[in-house]
Amino acid sequence: MSGMNEQPSISRLGTRALLFEAPGETTLATQQRIWSLAREAETWPEVREAVPGMNNLMLCWRRAPQRCDAIEARLHAAWAAARPLALQGRVVELDVVYGGDGGPHLADVVAHTGLAIDEIVERHSAPVYPVYALGSHPGYCYLGGMDPRIATPRRPVPVLRIPGGAVSIGGAQTGVSASDGPSGWNTIGCTAMSFFDPQRDPPALLAPGDSLRFRVKQVIR
Amino acid sequence: MIEVLATGALATVQDLGREGALRWGVGSAGAMDPLALAAGNLLLGNADDAAGIELPVLPFRVRFQRDGGFAVTGADVDARLDGRPLLPWTAQRARAGQELLLNLPRRGATWPASRAYLCLAGGVDVPRLLGSRSTQMRGAFGGFEGRALRAGDVLVAGAASAEEFLEGVGLVPPALAMPLLADGLPALRVLPAAEYAAYTAASRAAFWAEPWKISAQSDRYGYRLQGPPLQPLAPLEMRSHGIVPGVIQVPPGGQPIVQMRDAQPSGGYPKLGTVIEADLWRLGQAPVGSRVRFVECDWNGALAALAQVDHWLAEARRWLGLQRGAGGIAP
Repeated sequence: MSGMNEQPSISRLGTRALLFEAPGETTLATQQRIWSLAREAETWPEVREAVPGMNNLMLCWRRAPQRCDAIEARLHAAWAAARPLALQGRVVELDVVYGGDGGPHLADVVAHTGLAIDEIVERHSAPVYPVYALGSHPGYCYLGGMDPRIATPRRPVPVLRIPGGAVSIGGAQTGVSASDGPSGWNTIGCTAMSFFDPQRDPPALLAPGDSLRFRVKQVIR
Repeated sequence: MIEVLATGALATVQDLGREGALRWGVGSAGAMDPLALAAGNLLLGNADDAAGIELPVLPFRVRFQRDGGFAVTGADVDARLDGRPLLPWTAQRARAGQELLLNLPRRGATWPASRAYLCLAGGVDVPRLLGSRSTQMRGAFGGFEGRALRAGDVLVAGAASAEEFLEGVGLVPPALAMPLLADGLPALRVLPAAEYAAYTAASRAAFWAEPWKISAQSDRYGYRLQGPPLQPLAPLEMRSHGIVPGVIQVPPGGQPIVQMRDAQPSGGYPKLGTVIEADLWRLGQAPVGSRVRFVECDWNGALAALAQVDHWLAEARRWLGLQRGAGGIAP
């Protein structure tokens, strides 16, 4: 619904933040404009942090502004002027063990897509996935560019604990858990990468503009 | 310096929260009742960003290994120092070897609350990570070793402020100073959010009119509420976007979830509204099984509520300063 209109939409997240949603389909070009808008908005004195999501942007206030109309107008103008910011980040390669104990839901992806395990692995490991944004939990990356043929709906009942390093598919998206926690996605494999260390600067391994590639280390059938 | 002798689940070190780390996927964490924590720090002359211990499950028992000041705020937990009852929301002093016991929140307490805060003069001294001492449970960092406290843990207090606090001086809890009720139930003011208009008129009416029960599946991540199912006009598909504590998400089952301090910093469920920042402390203290009501609020009303909270804190600070001044003159 939101984000599918012609015009971008702006809504409030209480007095702490505002949400800007770009219109249209989710694309990398739109995301590059979101990155551009984030850089601009972060220089505004009212804004503590500008946080990209998937073709949207959250602005967190240092202090709730007295009025919202002026800043909303400024945001619309900045979006109209925003050119795609083609961040050229690193490409990080991850060794993945597909299937087995570390990929307990690979069979569900097989059942849903009707594809063989080898074809799923091939399609999943083929792209270079751009990091659109970080969110969900410390170090977690929202990736674009998954082959829609292996899209698989989220699980009807979330799994209470999947381990850090779990590679999973949720709808048309794929990602890698950065730490143990609950998830409604289908876990198809595992990696041993550490995505987050609060002592590091920056603490997250990846940033928007970086890319991920999955290398097939092993397929357990 | 205190040693934990006995604790319930999920006792954590918290300050007012971690700001500015959302871009790395790190939510704010921080005290569920920031006013209670702030009051404890004010009573002890601590810095505003000092950390305390949040106690959602009682009883809790510690032994002081050194002399030190402390304050118990939040829920009225019948605090006792070596068996001697203490007035709630007051600054106190313990000698090395003394034991402090915090009991279950009193039934029929003057103010309803579920979480207690133990603040130490000088604050709980744990490393500051990404700008905060709060415990970040997902990812296991911050606070005390990135985890909930256990019996046997020893926590160190930071250097106490040069300004001496006054033993026995206290504050009136904000739940008494700023009560907010609607039809006899605790009320929370809500600003409508992006998908509000995408719900049926009956659902929107029920959201404001009906009481909402705080289910047992409620914690620092979110409060799952029980009430009439909320139905969208059509199924909603959202892209992942930033969210903040207070956002009321409605999963397909129609039972809303209010995001709390350990909420993940992004989500994809539709949002009906946001509990205003100024009222989050009220919800943070609402016990599991109790009922609350939502009251619609506009931007100016939300700002006025924030100003009221700021005013309460400023008045508490001013009053304690006056007491200290008077205490300095007295023999």
